[in-house]
Amino acid sequence: MASPANSIRQWLDERFPLDDLKALAQKKKVPLHRYSYWYFLGGMTLFLFGVQALTGALLLMYYRPGADEAFESVQFIMTQVQFGWLVRSVHSWSANLLVFMAFAHLFSVLFLRSYRKPRELTWVSGILLLFLMLGFGFSGYLLPWNTLSYFATKVGTEIPAQIPIIGRPVLLFLRGGEDITGSTLTRLYGFHVAILPAVATLLIGLHLALIQWFGMSVPPGIEAEWQTRPERKREIRFFPNFVLRELMAWYVALGLLGALAALFPWSLGVKADPFASAPAGIKPEWYFLAMFQTLKLIPAKLLGMDGEMLGILTFGVIGAVALLLPFLDQEKPFNTRRWIPGLACVFLGYMTVMTVYGWVAK
Amino acid sequence: MNRVRGLVTWRRRAGLVLAALLVCSGLMVFAQTKNSCLDCHSNLPEPLGVSAETYSQNIHAQKGLTCAACHGGDASADDPEKAMSRAAGWKGKINRKQIPELCASCHADAERMKKYNPGLRVDQFQQYKTSVHGMKWAKDDGKVAVCTDCHGVHDLRAPSDPRSTVHPTNIATTCSHCHADAEYMKPYGIKTDQFANYEQSVHHDAMVVRGDLSAPTCTTCHGNHGATPPGVANVTAVCSNCHVFQAQLFETSQHKDVFATMGLPGCVTCHSNHAIKHPTDEMIGTGPKAVCTNCHIVGDAGATQAEAMHNQLTELAAAIAASDELLGRAERQGMEVSQAKLQAAQARDALLKARVTVHAFRDSELKRDTDAGLAVTRQTHAAGEKAMEEWKFRRVGLGLSVVAIAIVLVGLGLYIRNLEQK
Amino acid sequence: MSTASGVNATAPQSAPANLPRRRFVNILLGTGLLASAASFLYPILRYLVPPKLPDLAGDAVLAARVPEMKPNTAKTFRFGTRPGLLVETATGEYRAMSATCTHLGCTVQYRPDLREIWCACHNGMYDLNGRNISGPPPRPLEAFEVQVRGDDIFVRRKQEA
Repeated sequence: MASPANSIRQWLDERFPLDDLKALAQKKKVPLHRYSYWYFLGGMTLFLFGVQALTGALLLMYYRPGADEAFESVQFIMTQVQFGWLVRSVHSWSANLLVFMAFAHLFSVLFLRSYRKPRELTWVSGILLLFLMLGFGFSGYLLPWNTLSYFATKVGTEIPAQIPIIGRPVLLFLRGGEDITGSTLTRLYGFHVAILPAVATLLIGLHLALIQWFGMSVPPGIEAEWQTRPERKREIRFFPNFVLRELMAWYVALGLLGALAALFPWSLGVKADPFASAPAGIKPEWYFLAMFQTLKLIPAKLLGMDGEMLGILTFGVIGAVALLLPFLDQEKPFNTRRWIPGLACVFLGYMTVMTVYGWVAK
Repeated sequence: MNRVRGLVTWRRRAGLVLAALLVCSGLMVFAQTKNSCLDCHSNLPEPLGVSAETYSQNIHAQKGLTCAACHGGDASADDPEKAMSRAAGWKGKINRKQIPELCASCHADAERMKKYNPGLRVDQFQQYKTSVHGMKWAKDDGKVAVCTDCHGVHDLRAPSDPRSTVHPTNIATTCSHCHADAEYMKPYGIKTDQFANYEQSVHHDAMVVRGDLSAPTCTTCHGNHGATPPGVANVTAVCSNCHVFQAQLFETSQHKDVFATMGLPGCVTCHSNHAIKHPTDEMIGTGPKAVCTNCHIVGDAGATQAEAMHNQLTELAAAIAASDELLGRAERQGMEVSQAKLQAAQARDALLKARVTVHAFRDSELKRDTDAGLAVTRQTHAAGEKAMEEWKFRRVGLGLSVVAIAIVLVGLGLYIRNLEQK
Repeated sequence: MSTASGVNATAPQSAPANLPRRRFVNILLGTGLLASAASFLYPILRYLVPPKLPDLAGDAVLAARVPEMKPNTAKTFRFGTRPGLLVETATGEYRAMSATCTHLGCTVQYRPDLREIWCACHNGMYDLNGRNISGPPPRPLEAFEVQVRGDDIFVRRKQEA
């Protein structure tokens, strides 16, 4: 009678409120409506972050930060370590998919208006997480220390330098000095493997806790419909029904990552040479392309002020608006609520066009 | 009495000061080396005109020599009558025939030249007299080259100056002013296609295009002051100054004695003298571009060896190309093959060596070099194949994991269906 | 999403007629999960095993071991992507330099009879400091730093001050 599983359960039960936890888990429901598929995106983002954490930890076993070792260590991983090519390529591909998924999750939450009261803080923590993911992408990109990453970082750190007053200190802080050197590498490495993961873990914990606390949001239209017709309301249990479906999605993602890594392994590039001139047409990774391309197109002087600085300040304003969106969504005294989906559409369209433009431009 | 003595000493002092001033100004004049000739001649039209700027480029001017150094006269006098007086030794326009001896009056004088540049040779005139130009000059040929024809005259620069007419990169052009002029060279009965041929050569390419100053130009093989075309027997000696191994191997080959007997000019026989094009593997053998068939008949001992050597070279070249292509493909597909690529460089070295060994004209000797190269290409090719195998392995691995994932997806789908069909 | 009724369902378990099918599905799922888990874990476990090749100590390359070198001999070794030459002079000193001739890129070699470095392609000669002393090479060979640690001879690029 006392099977091993049962004895373990009993042992735990004597110490922890297992039944209560089980009841709590059973209670969690996921609403079913025509937009329910979008609920997968958040979990997918979390899953990809987990993939990054795992592959990142594995890469840590062999990667060496430092201008004279970084490139060689990545080369070592790609060529000598068993399946090193797989771990590294998955890490690089998953990074891109993660950023894409984070944006998709953001826009789905925005259009489905899930940021409404009482979920404002969930939204805020989410936006902060997005900034963190972009920070991960930026810091991680330099670590292989090849020509592309060196110059992309050079250009990328010069942009915040345009901000008045704090710009230069920010540049010195990011670069660990005037120029991109081994110090920059060490610094960004510290961010990438320690500081950003620590902050991200806290924020993800907060984000998930808030989601548990408030439950899944239902879009306003559906909510109204269910209030008038309660019999239409549909829900499924999170455990095991939704989880199993989410597992399917995660498996698809795994398959996709494996295929990308095997068919399109991430290139090693050429070791960075600070004294060589920047290769023509250098551009950052796709998720920074829209910003980059916008800055390229802004005229040097706009309304009597430095064009690039204006551009960066605009980005700052957009970031602040994004962060504070739940508080800007009102009906009284001004009906800003009407404008949000439209503006978001315009913004999304602009980002897409600019990204594509930046991609094809020379 | 004291007042008189005071006056005397005062005068003496003043006289000393005045003398000092005169000496100083005289010295200043000497240091600037007044060249009054340019005062007028810099404003005159051709052919009397020489601008101050032109003359300032002249190495002689920079060393402090005035026009009078060659033309005679008094360069310090402002009055043309005094400056260009026969009494002062003024020669006017120098007769062409007199130029070599005029230049030699300084340049063959070791004591004089030591003051300016102890490292300069002083035997140019002596050499000139042994050259074809010099010998014709001695017989009063007025068309033949004298010093100024090559070195320039008023803007004469040091040969190390890239703008000098006798800087290595410019020599061929300077020689071609006469030697490529068919009309001018008519009385001499020699060809005028040398420059045109040289322009096609690999030496010209090295010198002018790649800027390799060690590449040969006209004077490298013909000499500069003692210019003479190398005799048939001497050609190999000239080429061997740089192409040491080829010459040494040639000396051990059968061709050495045969060419000598037949009066063939060594290296030039196959490679030409001026239009020395980049040699190819096609030059050896019995093919359409081969030079061997100029003498050999297909089927004779020599032609057979030539064919064998051609095959050895092309086999190695093909093996290198195949291995490079495979490694390139592997690299493009994301495989790391830098070690193999490094090894491939050794195979290329072997081919380079083989193309030199060819000059022994013995296929048994050539085989040693090509075999060494082929051993390397076998290894690099194997490395390339290993990389492709690994690539295939990755695809198979991917396929297997995709299958496993597909099973999970199907299984999950069915499981969910079962779960919810209650 | 399929019309699930997880919340509202109170009906008993499915009929025994579905049992073989359920078992099939369970086995299928279990097999799939196991196979996919294996396909993830196998590479990870192989990855964690350190490879056999010696790794890089900084950017220094292990050129040779002391016992294999004799005075007045040399060894060609791999330095990055190009060959390098390690020479032990007659007096027992180690010199290392690039083995790529600066003329047309052939690999140079050590001549014990001449005690110089020689390029077989066009007879270029370099002294033991890498300086081009005769023949076509226009520039010296890049000299490297040699460090002997125990029995290992390491070579690395000269460090600028």
